[in-house]
Amino acid sequence: MLGTLTLLLSCQLAGELTARLLHLPVPGPVLGMVLLFVGLLVRGGVPEPLQETAGGILRHLSLLFVPAGVGVMAHLNRLEAEALPIAAALLGSTLIGVALTAWVMSILSRRSPDAESGNGEDVP
Amino acid sequence: MSPDFHEIWVYLSASPLAGLTLTLVAYQAGMWVFERFGRRPALNPVMIAVLLIAATLMVAGIDYRTYFDGAQFVHFLLGPATVALAVPLYRQFQQVRRSAVALLVALLTGSAASALSAVAIAWALGASERTMLSLAPKSVTSPIAMGVSEQIGGLPSLTAVFVILTGIIAASFGSWVLNLVRVTDWRARGFGLGVAAHGIGTARALQVNEVAGAFAGLGMGLNGLVTAILLPVLYRLFFT
Repeated sequence: MLGTLTLLLSCQLAGELTARLLHLPVPGPVLGMVLLFVGLLVRGGVPEPLQETAGGILRHLSLLFVPAGVGVMAHLNRLEAEALPIAAALLGSTLIGVALTAWVMSILSRRSPDAESGNGEDVP
Repeated sequence: MSPDFHEIWVYLSASPLAGLTLTLVAYQAGMWVFERFGRRPALNPVMIAVLLIAATLMVAGIDYRTYFDGAQFVHFLLGPATVALAVPLYRQFQQVRRSAVALLVALLTGSAASALSAVAIAWALGASERTMLSLAPKSVTSPIAMGVSEQIGGLPSLTAVFVILTGIIAASFGSWVLNLVRVTDWRARGFGLGVAAHGIGTARALQVNEVAGAFAGLGMGLNGLVTAILLPVLYRLFFT
């Protein structure tokens, strides 16, 4: 647990430093993810403690968005004044985004032989 | 109010402990409601938690900044959690490699469509330029979205709110719209949620299926990259 947390933070820190040093427009944590991913490729497997801690954090991923979400309080005036365009834009663009991405992906990968079955995973 | 009580109140409303505890309690209340009523996606735990906390703060007269002093410890974990997404991604790497071309085309289409349709709809309904610019990066995870928003002249904190709302919308209606367009492939369903709705979409995908979760995490990471690079360029094309 402690070791894994250190590993995750180190990857993030390395990502932040790389982004700043090389003036990349990419956020540090995303580079950290790439770094850890490459590390796992080199090592050729996920160590048990990492699997456990990562699983634990990701199970409650949505909790981590709560503090930023409460920021809605600070913008009530604008949200009220532009309620219709904001609501329509968020609803429309999100549903378009989810549907279009998934649809394009499923159309294009249908050609590969095992596309539908997802390697033996059950599909509804 | 007795003096003792008053002192305690002053301590509580200024201490980070209260904000932090409130966040965890509200989230667990949200989870409880979500589980209790049959895991209905419309009862998104994040939405319930946000409403509970906002209501509590307003009643108690505590401003957002004071609350965030405590809640930032939770907020901070977004970074390590993003890094941790490498694990499900690695476990699905064989599948990712097999569908690399499909992923890339879907990513670019979905990324552009999310940002452009948001701005177009807002523009058509008469939103202010500030609001439109704050909407553009709303599909990617909040640290990236806020950075991009600042770069193109939006309001970062408003963008953070749009990011969360986008996630809640996708978590609530994502399965419905995916069924509507008849996509049954878990990889595609997950990828769509991740590209269009970052971490909250990914959290939703992880709840449903591990393959979907891994592809959602991948979609979130990749769209973070694409949006961070592409949006500032698009902005220069359209707005200057």
